[in-house]
Amino acid sequence: MDISFWILQLLNALQLSMLLFLLSVGLTVIFGLMHFVNLAHGALYALGAYIAASVAASMGYWAGVLVAPFAVAVLGLILYQFLIKRMRSSGPMAQVLVTFGLIFALLDITRLIWGDLALALDVPELLAGRVSIGGIEYPVYRFFVMAVGLVALVVLHLMLTKTQLGAMIRAGVDNDKMAACLGINVERLFFLVFCVGCALAGLAGAVAAPLLSVVPEMGVDILIPTLIVIVIGGLGSLKGAIVGSLIYGFVQTFGAVFAPQLASVMIYVLLALVLVMRPSGLFPAKGG
Amino acid sequence: MKKVAIAAALTLGAFNVANVSAETVKVGMLLPYSGVYAALGNEIEAGFNLGLQEFGPDLDIEIVKEDSEADPGKSLAKARKLVLQDKVDVMTGIVSSAVAGALRDFVHGAKVPLMVTNAGNDSITGSSCSPYISRFSFSNSQVNGPMGQWVYDQGITKVYTMAPDYTAGHEMIEAFTKTFEAAGGQVVGSEYTPFRKTKDFGPYLAKAKSSGAEAIYTFYAGGEAISFVKQYDSFGLKSSLPLMGSGFLTSPLYVNAEGPAAIGVKTVLHYVPTIDSDMNNSFVQKFQQLNEGRSPSEYSVAGYDAAHALALAIKGGADDRESIAAAISKVSFTGPRGEVHIDPASNNIVQPLYVYETVAEGDGLTQKVLAQLPTTKAPADGCSL
Repeated sequence: MDISFWILQLLNALQLSMLLFLLSVGLTVIFGLMHFVNLAHGALYALGAYIAASVAASMGYWAGVLVAPFAVAVLGLILYQFLIKRMRSSGPMAQVLVTFGLIFALLDITRLIWGDLALALDVPELLAGRVSIGGIEYPVYRFFVMAVGLVALVVLHLMLTKTQLGAMIRAGVDNDKMAACLGINVERLFFLVFCVGCALAGLAGAVAAPLLSVVPEMGVDILIPTLIVIVIGGLGSLKGAIVGSLIYGFVQTFGAVFAPQLASVMIYVLLALVLVMRPSGLFPAKGG
Repeated sequence: MKKVAIAAALTLGAFNVANVSAETVKVGMLLPYSGVYAALGNEIEAGFNLGLQEFGPDLDIEIVKEDSEADPGKSLAKARKLVLQDKVDVMTGIVSSAVAGALRDFVHGAKVPLMVTNAGNDSITGSSCSPYISRFSFSNSQVNGPMGQWVYDQGITKVYTMAPDYTAGHEMIEAFTKTFEAAGGQVVGSEYTPFRKTKDFGPYLAKAKSSGAEAIYTFYAGGEAISFVKQYDSFGLKSSLPLMGSGFLTSPLYVNAEGPAAIGVKTVLHYVPTIDSDMNNSFVQKFQQLNEGRSPSEYSVAGYDAAHALALAIKGGADDRESIAAAISKVSFTGPRGEVHIDPASNNIVQPLYVYETVAEGDGLTQKVLAQLPTTKAPADGCSL
């Protein structure tokens, strides 16, 4: 096992981290602002993958990857107007139960529309093949996944720290009542953030589809890793989402290299340790 | 007056039962219609219904369907309902090995014949076999055992194995390893990945690449198979590290979702839709007519052959639990897979195996049969029927 083997594994870890980041950031931003755990986030990710696959089948990959986030955001809009808005004032238990129920409703809707058989979504021509860097051949598409994650991270970071909208969101996260008193329309902010979170889930689904398989249960399977990421990282913060994703990606990848039998256990051990030492995660949102 | 009428009706009823031999045979079909195995459940049912149409169109058969949800606990409750409340004469279905294991003691104790149409765990027709449980699909070691010699005969001496970390994964890989090593080959590395929790196979593929192996031998199914084959191809391993394994990896049911990545993968199965025989050609044609042009898979053929066997048993005079169980153990016929029969020593199916390569055909993919391995009987393995 020479150096190129380790670089290859490092890239694998980064790639998995970025994929998880795309998923967890939407969930964590929604939670940070609204204190609302949307367990149906995984189901929205699955819908994103399905929409991307069916659009791509007739109009090509790029159309699929563009349409999916918008379509899922529209679905998020509908969910917000008819369901989430009413649940805002009810306690966390009721919210968890409602969004937990949504998982199964959305799963069955997926099965009704697209059936039980897996859908195909191939890597586009432009991103097919491999690039050779210093003697290491690595699939182009995996670099693309990393790039999308990185772009999402930078854009969200700039938006949150440099824009007025970002300042309003941060104010809402810190103290939503005070922000409302200062004349910020917190309700509209919530609505916007919820739709952006949903769009990110849809984007994650579209990006993950050529790498993984588009099957109905994909949303349920991804939910636990996503929750682990945001619990380790700290609920509600961008920094938490990226750190949590990196920790998860590296533990999974290098766990698979050193002790495959323990790979899936290790992350839970880490989760337990974090919860004991820092119950609110490594980088929780301020005031959250 | 009313009492007399009822008494008359009862006597008449009893009279009917005693004299008419063609009694309704009630079949309890326990398949997953929801959850991860839903596609397989529907596929098996489509095969079973076609088989009944074909071999017993005028038999008096009533089917009671239940959704197993591929959950051992729920399946056991549904099985009890089928046996105790619906009073079925025979049960069929079962996709998950865990469900088969959970049902075993109940059907054995209730003396209800169960025709398994997928679950491949060796024990159900091995160490915990039952005269009431027969299997029309395959057993894990039956499918993979003969591949050891075949792979070695292709000039491959070093292999890296990979499979999901659960019973089927272990049984399939162990059966292959045993015969491959006996033939003179060497397994240079072996990996069991967390079942249904592995998103990225990259780390494992990199290990396989640097292990010095000449080929990868693997078993994955469903969504995991799709991810695995696509990721294997994306790393460009096809030329240096050929992919082989048990054919569920590139099952016709979902190979189209794998796309061109699956081209060139060589695997083994007990059935592929491209077997060239009259029996199979007519089966494929009829199945396609009923299923929007989709070809049948190894899953639907198990349902089809189970229906064939049941029809033969009923035509032979079997009409209750005891007689159906006895007749099923002796059944023998030619189906789409070729000549098959139930091994009286274990109640497992005895069938030929097909090594096939996934190749491109037009816009899609098809299965090119490379070799037919001799009819294999799974070892009785602690079973004494």
